[in-house]
Amino acid sequence: MSALAALFVRDVRLAIRVGGGALIGVLFFLIVVTLVPFAIGPDLALLARVGPAILWLGALLASLLTLDRLLAIDHEDGSLDLILTAPVTLELTVAVKAIAHWLTTGLPLVLAAPLLGLLLNLEPPATGAVALTLLVGTPALTFLGLVGAAVTVALRRGGLLVAVLVLPLTVPVLIFGVAASNAAIVGPVRFGTPFSILCGLALMSIVVGTFATAAALRHAMD
Amino acid sequence: MRLVGSDLACFRGGRQVFSGLSFAVGAGEALVVLGPNGVGKSSLLRLVAGLVARSGGVLSLEGSDPELTIAEQAHYLGHLDALKPSLTVTENLTFWSRYLGSGERTQAALAAVGLDGIAELPAAYLSAGQRRRLSIARLIAIRRPLWLLDEPTSALDTAAQAKLAALMGEHLGGGGLILAAAHGPIGLAAPQELRLGGAP
Repeated sequence: MSALAALFVRDVRLAIRVGGGALIGVLFFLIVVTLVPFAIGPDLALLARVGPAILWLGALLASLLTLDRLLAIDHEDGSLDLILTAPVTLELTVAVKAIAHWLTTGLPLVLAAPLLGLLLNLEPPATGAVALTLLVGTPALTFLGLVGAAVTVALRRGGLLVAVLVLPLTVPVLIFGVAASNAAIVGPVRFGTPFSILCGLALMSIVVGTFATAAALRHAMD
Repeated sequence: MRLVGSDLACFRGGRQVFSGLSFAVGAGEALVVLGPNGVGKSSLLRLVAGLVARSGGVLSLEGSDPELTIAEQAHYLGHLDALKPSLTVTENLTFWSRYLGSGERTQAALAAVGLDGIAELPAAYLSAGQRRRLSIARLIAIRRPLWLLDEPTSALDTAAQAKLAALMGEHLGGGGLILAAAHGPIGLAAPQELRLGGAP
């Protein structure tokens, strides 16, 4: 247990120190969402209608930005070799790495969403709904991205490849994330229906992502 | 304790690196793998550490804890030093000693490699030799019977090489095993030698 705690502390520390990239994702999110009102124009009704989708797309792209650092950096400096020789289950190791990654890159997106909702003319209940769906959806994005990061770990500059591999897998999460947000704002479906499916997708991604990542890492070693 | 490899084969990157390789190292013994570049010295070490798949042969660590794999009882010191530039010397070593073992002897290990004076310096500011010494401190901080050393003396100055030789001597004296890849003497008194790829 102490080994996993040490790993968690290290990964969080690395993310928040200089060059760690914890802020990159949230700054990118901020910029993308800020650009939208400029592109669409001051049509408040339209902004409110597409707002949840914009917030979700921004969060999705922002979460992709930091994925290439998740495992590749440990591979480049030899840390991954040592991680594989530790008496710690690899599945637990990758799960802890993903949790630390979500805490430093995913959670800030959730916290920034209500603020950005103001720019998109979202009512407070709508903003709350989007933030809630992001809270459930971003862990799913992190764990799905983890699989892509593991598959491309041995490739130099595999960052763009990660995005290409991972984006199609995130489509269901995006659909139900936006659907749940819209259900809370305009209906006619109850919020709980798409939201339950989103929760299910998140739980599935966490389980499948953890095991698939560990399997990919074992095969990637050469 | 005894590390025995018999008829080992390694297939990497679409080519046969070596095959039919056999060796044995007993407790308190060191085996130095010699040979020209690209002959498979590093591959052999990575194979023993479980980082490269074995395509043939049998590898066993006799008399060891059957619950643990060979990799979990071995220290792998490769070309890469597994240090994070934004963490301090102590943070780097403490992480590895807690992740790979119990994490009690970090201060003693830092003193053993002569880095206790710069324990709070971020690893980004270390020289190549200091980074190497910090990697070696890992071997001292956690006790594992088998040391796999890939050119352990690279980047080390004469004093540090002597220090490493003393540390290796202590390890062997305590019943440890060393499997090292090298191009020249690494400071061990009378190691066994395993030549790969014919005459040097």
